[in-house]
Amino acid sequence: MRVLPVGDRALLVELADGEEAGAFHAEVLRRRAAGALPPVTEIVPAARTVLLDGVADPGRLAAELAGWTFGPAGARAEAVVEVPVRYDGPDLPRVAALWGVAEEEVAAIHSAAGFRVAFCGFAPGFGYLTGLPERYAVPRRATPRTSVPAGALGLAGPYTGVYPRSSPGGWQLIGRTELTLWDPGRDPAALLSPGARVRFVPEGP
Amino acid sequence: MTDRVVVVVRAGPLTTVQDLGRPGRAHLGVPRSGALDAPAARWVNRLVGNAEGAAVLETTVGGCAVRPRRAVTVAVGGAPCAVRVDGRPVAWGAPVRVPAGAVLDIGRAVRGVRTYAAFAGGIAVEPVLGSRSTDLLSGLGPPVPADGTELPLGVPAGPPSVTGGVMPWAGPPAELVLRVRPGPRDDWFGPDGLRVLLSGGHRVAAASNRIGMRTEGPVLRRTRSEELPSEGMVLGAVQVPPDGRPVVFLADHPTTGGYPVVAVVDVRALPAAAQAVPGTPVRFVMAR
Repeated sequence: MRVLPVGDRALLVELADGEEAGAFHAEVLRRRAAGALPPVTEIVPAARTVLLDGVADPGRLAAELAGWTFGPAGARAEAVVEVPVRYDGPDLPRVAALWGVAEEEVAAIHSAAGFRVAFCGFAPGFGYLTGLPERYAVPRRATPRTSVPAGALGLAGPYTGVYPRSSPGGWQLIGRTELTLWDPGRDPAALLSPGARVRFVPEGP
Repeated sequence: MTDRVVVVVRAGPLTTVQDLGRPGRAHLGVPRSGALDAPAARWVNRLVGNAEGAAVLETTVGGCAVRPRRAVTVAVGGAPCAVRVDGRPVAWGAPVRVPAGAVLDIGRAVRGVRTYAAFAGGIAVEPVLGSRSTDLLSGLGPPVPADGTELPLGVPAGPPSVTGGVMPWAGPPAELVLRVRPGPRDDWFGPDGLRVLLSGGHRVAAASNRIGMRTEGPVLRRTRSEELPSEGMVLGAVQVPPDGRPVVFLADHPTTGGYPVVAVVDVRALPAAAQAVPGTPVRFVMAR
């Protein structure tokens, strides 16, 4: 673990990899729930870091962090979020070719994985989900689409994501869901928040 | 139908509704947003007797004009400009009574960029995630007002303050001095990165917006070529995109980013950054 100061009110905690970042993030949330974390405005997990922003005395917190021990992320107590998907995205043939499998097999391979929301970004409620085995990582599209519909399920690098609303995007689209990923009028607004466990369930043809 | 409404007569180049934003949700990809010059927004609110966090109008350079359906007390502050009610000059930086049906015209900023107008009772558009701010990056909050947009007003809370306390400032400095702390990724630019940042010669670029204050001038060259995995971004972060021109993140900044942050600007300097017109010299200086 490496703790980097960010201005005079924040710390960027850099972990070895995404797994360890997830475990550290879970530990931060656990300690906050137990009242054992000084007040912070933002806790922002990312690919291999966790940002703690709005800290009154970051130097002191940095010193405390050095003494933390924590285990693997472990499953959060709440139920797994199930996301029904029709695997009929326009990039399905491309992804099948990259994986070296028949198009029909993409759904089975993808939905067999157990996912975790590593972090959110890009747009409100857009989760970067990890869990797909490394060998299925795919590059982004060379030319991003100017408009991707809400509910589109895409792949990029090691991540899986669902577009919460229509936006431009460069991910390889393999399916779509009817679920509402993001609704500012709902509590919580984001269906998928960092740390949540997710399973994709193939729907009929 | 209530007449507690102001109708936008001239929306101007960019006028948005802003309060103090929606911090605390960056982990969901929700930017903080809020008034770029928060001290000015707080001040005009005090002048009309509002809570400091009431929603106000934030204009950009060109001002705007509105017509309240019923008489309302208004205060205009931030970037100095001419203020008129039905063509008659009225005070800037003081509470002004605007009669029902009269046009309040907020003129072009004489100095600075962003002018704030508070209405007694505050602008009462529906809050989104606890804030009435329009976030231009994520699209959260009320739509950007256009000519003809009707904005509801809340019920005035109490008697307007006479003075509003100390005026934050009357305009931007001739040179924008930004105190910075190095990191977290200054090592991506070698020892020369900070030296170039602190060497002077930067200016505010015209492409600046609510997301970031862009700069033109000396270019920072990376000494590391690999991708930086996305990481959390703070207000005031000085992010360096591939063109090497530092961008200072303002209220609508993205919550995560993949370009290295060479330094972080002291947030107390950001209201002045939000008021610096394109071409203003920028001097980054080391904090402490």
